[in-house]
Amino acid sequence: MTSSPAASHVASPRPPRLVCPAGSLRALTLAIDAGADAVYIGLKDATNARNFAGLNFDIAQAREGIAHAHALGREVLMALNTFADAHAPQRWWRAVDAAAGLGVDALICADTAVLAYARDHHPQLRLHLSVQASATTWEAIEFYRERYGIRRAVLPRVLTLAQVEQLCRHSSVEIEVFGFGSLCVMVEGRCALSSYVTGQSPNTAGVCSPPSAVRWTDGADGVDARLNGVLIDRYAPDEARGYPTLCKGRFDVEGTRDYALEEPTSLNTLSLLPRLTAMGVAAIKIEGRQRSPAYVEQVTRVWRAAIDACAAQPARFSVQPQWTTTLGRWSEGQQHTLGAYDRPWR
Amino acid sequence: MTPSATPSHRVLPPLPPVLRELVARLPVHPPSHLLALALERVLRPRLPADAAARLAGHAVDIEVRDFGLRCRVTLRDGHFRSAPASGPATLRIAADAASYLRLLRGDDDADRLFFERALVMEGDTEYGLLLKNTLDAIGPLLHWPLRRA
Repeated sequence: MTSSPAASHVASPRPPRLVCPAGSLRALTLAIDAGADAVYIGLKDATNARNFAGLNFDIAQAREGIAHAHALGREVLMALNTFADAHAPQRWWRAVDAAAGLGVDALICADTAVLAYARDHHPQLRLHLSVQASATTWEAIEFYRERYGIRRAVLPRVLTLAQVEQLCRHSSVEIEVFGFGSLCVMVEGRCALSSYVTGQSPNTAGVCSPPSAVRWTDGADGVDARLNGVLIDRYAPDEARGYPTLCKGRFDVEGTRDYALEEPTSLNTLSLLPRLTAMGVAAIKIEGRQRSPAYVEQVTRVWRAAIDACAAQPARFSVQPQWTTTLGRWSEGQQHTLGAYDRPWR
Repeated sequence: MTPSATPSHRVLPPLPPVLRELVARLPVHPPSHLLALALERVLRPRLPADAAARLAGHAVDIEVRDFGLRCRVTLRDGHFRSAPASGPATLRIAADAASYLRLLRGDDDADRLFFERALVMEGDTEYGLLLKNTLDAIGPLLHWPLRRA
């Protein structure tokens, strides 16, 4: 094992910056006004991993949102985190150019080609490594820093708390972790499950379950969820539902019908806030650009209050019941978990 | 943390079953026409041109379950109109009045209501998502009842 570079940012842990999702100008405004330090947005095309009809920003909306955020001293990060189509990478180059022209505070990228284009054509632009790059070791992150000059890495949701701590100790770039929101099957950047059924994957088309492939059908036995004709779940009439992704479907496996890969649930790391802060985690990300402005506003308010409370008195920090109630209300499946942070196995 | 829940339920108590069954037997056209007029007034002026173009030409069924009410509207030639009751709709949305009210006020999240089965959406999922995201981006269409300080 090689020695790690000097970890300059961990000398004096500061409160993590709160990075919130915005799928629309209204969500951006509410997030900023509710206390987000930064919001992350995407353009209305396949250059970002939440490419849904009616969601995201055109150039004029992005410009207005950036002006609002900057007027209040906050940041806007742009997700360009899908992998460029080898047949037509120009769309990704144009998106990088557009982001630079808009004056975004950073690009969030995964594809090395996109990172290289940004580095070569817009060297002043700050680069963050997307979770979609799936870099899980400080050595991998250091590679991206050396080659592309990334200043922050967003960690995949596969690491335990001890592993995050180890990585923070050795990394020479800022570390961002997920704090709240829907969990994915935890192979970010590598998942091809939806390609298996629909021919499209989040890493190329920007969607796990292309809406055109999703069908919900009410029947006498409940509700069928189908993806491109394939039955992925059947819900009892009064049973709570989840997002219609293949990874969260229930299947018959050796005679038992259950979640074969993952249950619909949300990550919630409020209780870990003091430890994440002490580790020197630079930013906490809230998932959910596809969710409504109401979700963004309320989740942002809870996390703003929690981060401020933790910064004021870290030793006395405790999760307030009303925070848990609010976050539980907005959780997928109305249940939450510490995810891999608290994983008992290795 | 959810100040709107109580007022919404309080101002819109469910209809008694007998009355609900009666409403369900009424023709679809009159309430559809009223809904179209309301949408023309509160939504059409705020609907972006590109969204209007993509939403146009499809019939949407909207059911208010606790009132037994069903409407069918469409956006055609740049205006909201009631749509013919016969034939399939592109999208069917069903929820209680309180859920609609919370969505119209920007107090709730369609995904959350969907998870809870408080909101049912059937048909063309892509069209439904376009409609949801368009309405989310526009913001509250209703400010009644007023929030208490």
